[in-house]
Amino acid sequence: MVEVHSPEFKENSRKALKDKQLQRALQHVRGNFIDKRAKSIADLPEFEALRDNARDIKNHALEHLDLYLEAYEERVVAQGGHVHWARDSIEARGLVLDICRKVNAKTVTKGKSMITEEIALNEFLEKNGITPIETDLGEYIIQLRGEHPSHIIAPAVHVTKDQVAEDFKKAHTHLPPDRSMDEPENLLLEARGILREKFIAADVGITGANFLVAETGTSVIVTNEGNGDLTQTLPKVHIVMASIEKIVPTLEDMSQILRVLARSATGQEMSVYTTLSTGPKRKTDVDGPEQYHVILLDNGRSNMLGTEFQDMLRCIRCGACMNHCPVYHSVGGHAYGWVYPGPMGAVLTPQLIGVDKGGHLPNASTFCGRCEEVCPMRIPLPKMMRHWREREFERHLMPSGQRRYLQLWAWMAKRPAIYRLATNVVTTGMRILAIGRGRFKKFLMAGSWTAERDLPAPQGGTFVSQWKRQRPEQVR
Amino acid sequence: MNEKLRVGLFVTCLVDLFRPSVGFAAAKLLEDAGCEVLVPVSQTCCGQPAYNSGDRADTREIAEKVITAFEEFDYVVAPSGSCAGMIRKHYPLLFAGDKALEKRAKALAGKTYELVSFLTEVCNVTQVEAQYDGVVTYHDSCSGLRELGIRDQPRELLATVKGLKLSEMKNADVCCGFGGTFSVKYPDISNSIVAEKTATIEDAKPDLLLAGDLGCLLNMAGKLKRQGSNVHVRHVAEVLAGMTDKPPIAESRRDLRGSDG
Repeated sequence: MVEVHSPEFKENSRKALKDKQLQRALQHVRGNFIDKRAKSIADLPEFEALRDNARDIKNHALEHLDLYLEAYEERVVAQGGHVHWARDSIEARGLVLDICRKVNAKTVTKGKSMITEEIALNEFLEKNGITPIETDLGEYIIQLRGEHPSHIIAPAVHVTKDQVAEDFKKAHTHLPPDRSMDEPENLLLEARGILREKFIAADVGITGANFLVAETGTSVIVTNEGNGDLTQTLPKVHIVMASIEKIVPTLEDMSQILRVLARSATGQEMSVYTTLSTGPKRKTDVDGPEQYHVILLDNGRSNMLGTEFQDMLRCIRCGACMNHCPVYHSVGGHAYGWVYPGPMGAVLTPQLIGVDKGGHLPNASTFCGRCEEVCPMRIPLPKMMRHWREREFERHLMPSGQRRYLQLWAWMAKRPAIYRLATNVVTTGMRILAIGRGRFKKFLMAGSWTAERDLPAPQGGTFVSQWKRQRPEQVR
Repeated sequence: MNEKLRVGLFVTCLVDLFRPSVGFAAAKLLEDAGCEVLVPVSQTCCGQPAYNSGDRADTREIAEKVITAFEEFDYVVAPSGSCAGMIRKHYPLLFAGDKALEKRAKALAGKTYELVSFLTEVCNVTQVEAQYDGVVTYHDSCSGLRELGIRDQPRELLATVKGLKLSEMKNADVCCGFGGTFSVKYPDISNSIVAEKTATIEDAKPDLLLAGDLGCLLNMAGKLKRQGSNVHVRHVAEVLAGMTDKPPIAESRRDLRGSDG
């Protein structure tokens, strides 16, 4: 598993807020993604109905997950492919290594895949003498930088163009050092030239999957660079890494969900490439892999079935929730400290690494509800974050000071007479402390609030006590 | 026939504590709309702080007290989308499975409204008798906007305030970073979000910032004042009721005199 830094969320976010480069890069998320999505949806009146359909399709698939997974496996095998079941990261990595070793693989090209991040596949392959090469441009950049994705569809969104130019200069030493790198096109062409050779030399290609289609035994990826196609057609062996909830019953179901996926993600009607792979190369095919393997990863997902978190398994990883999240906009993806950032990460991470480690994430939300508003699969993200908070509360994982405050307040809120007395004392006291001013620059009990904001002072006297005095006949 | 609607005013804990004048403005608006306003003195809070902290047991106990205090009225009105949303959308979920209480929770949910939407949707108020000479910008508080669909109602009524000019800010529907306990648990992030918000507020060049939730207003006012802004901040009910005699949020008569000089 990738190293977990979620318990340090607070420190991570403090650092992120001070990182000027990162803050500049995050402006891109705040503007671009949101405007493009809004525009593409305005152009499609049936978008809301499509969302309902997409939700229903996935709900149905999840209700019959075992049935569809088995049907999928049967189709893949019938077409000459292999299906491997992996309970966790260790099993999944072992399966990849076995397949690679059988063909003496030296290099492996990779299409974009978040679950290979989840199981820390690259580090594992390197340790075992196999070189993984990320072929999605964003992934390639962060691989050079020794980083992990900070966004599930735009992995290098935290990096600026100038940083990329520097990284390329450091990594591509065989190219003339004085070459022009001012335009994004130059960087793109340079990466393209380098990756082209890697595609041809690779022994194994690994891709993720956006969908697994039970009816046909097909795995589907969507990309904008075509790197996925080269990854899976050029090498002798194609490995598809997919988590079990990617299943949909039919091709028709897949195409329905595709209509909400790209629009929600990047505001495109469709991604540039939608690639379907069904088994290894057939006799009549001109090209394609000789071996086709699918590794189906559970890694804790089946535990979500039948719980209040089942809806999360509908997620199609479009990234709309983080694109619209004010917290993500402020701190970026790395602050979340593990693989999945933003609202979807705040729900998924505690499930996959434990709520004791991922507990900050579902708390770091204002519950503004914008994530749920834009989620194409209508996943009630805030509600599920609240469920995690409930689990934390039950297990006494909340800081004890916070818990004491909360319980004292709740105790009073249930005792109106005491509450009235206390609130009158507090408002009067604060009024006196304000000495005629409308706000506090500092306030002992609210130090964290007043570090960068003033605290408005109460007007004095509570509403209820004033009303009681002024309008005793209108009291209940 | 034509009997006055009996409205229980759920004033919310923040208005009760910080800004009673919002409660009186709400009462005036309701009475102008022909309602009889009653205030149960046993009210404390809707329970959101406990609910959003994962403490369901305390939330249920608090909610049960709210139900008991307010179920006698024709309607329950709160000058807050957040608290009204809590009662409308979340109370029934809290008691799911508990037949008797679920029924009562649903009944209360069905007759609980946020103030401005109650005026326009139930009382059919189309205009108010009020005057405010100045430029106003309006922030859509998240719960009101997304749980209750409050966006046009306050703008429609504000348009009938004499002398008032509305200058929309960019991203009026984006969170201000308050988030209740969030602002205390993650003050740095909350501050970063509110700083983004105050920048868009300033860009709209208003004299006055309005919103329908006091929590957001305290947060935005606190940040604006720390930044030395001249933008005043009030709850939308104060302007709609024509009750702007009290100093704006985070200001006092003494502060106002100071800023004149």
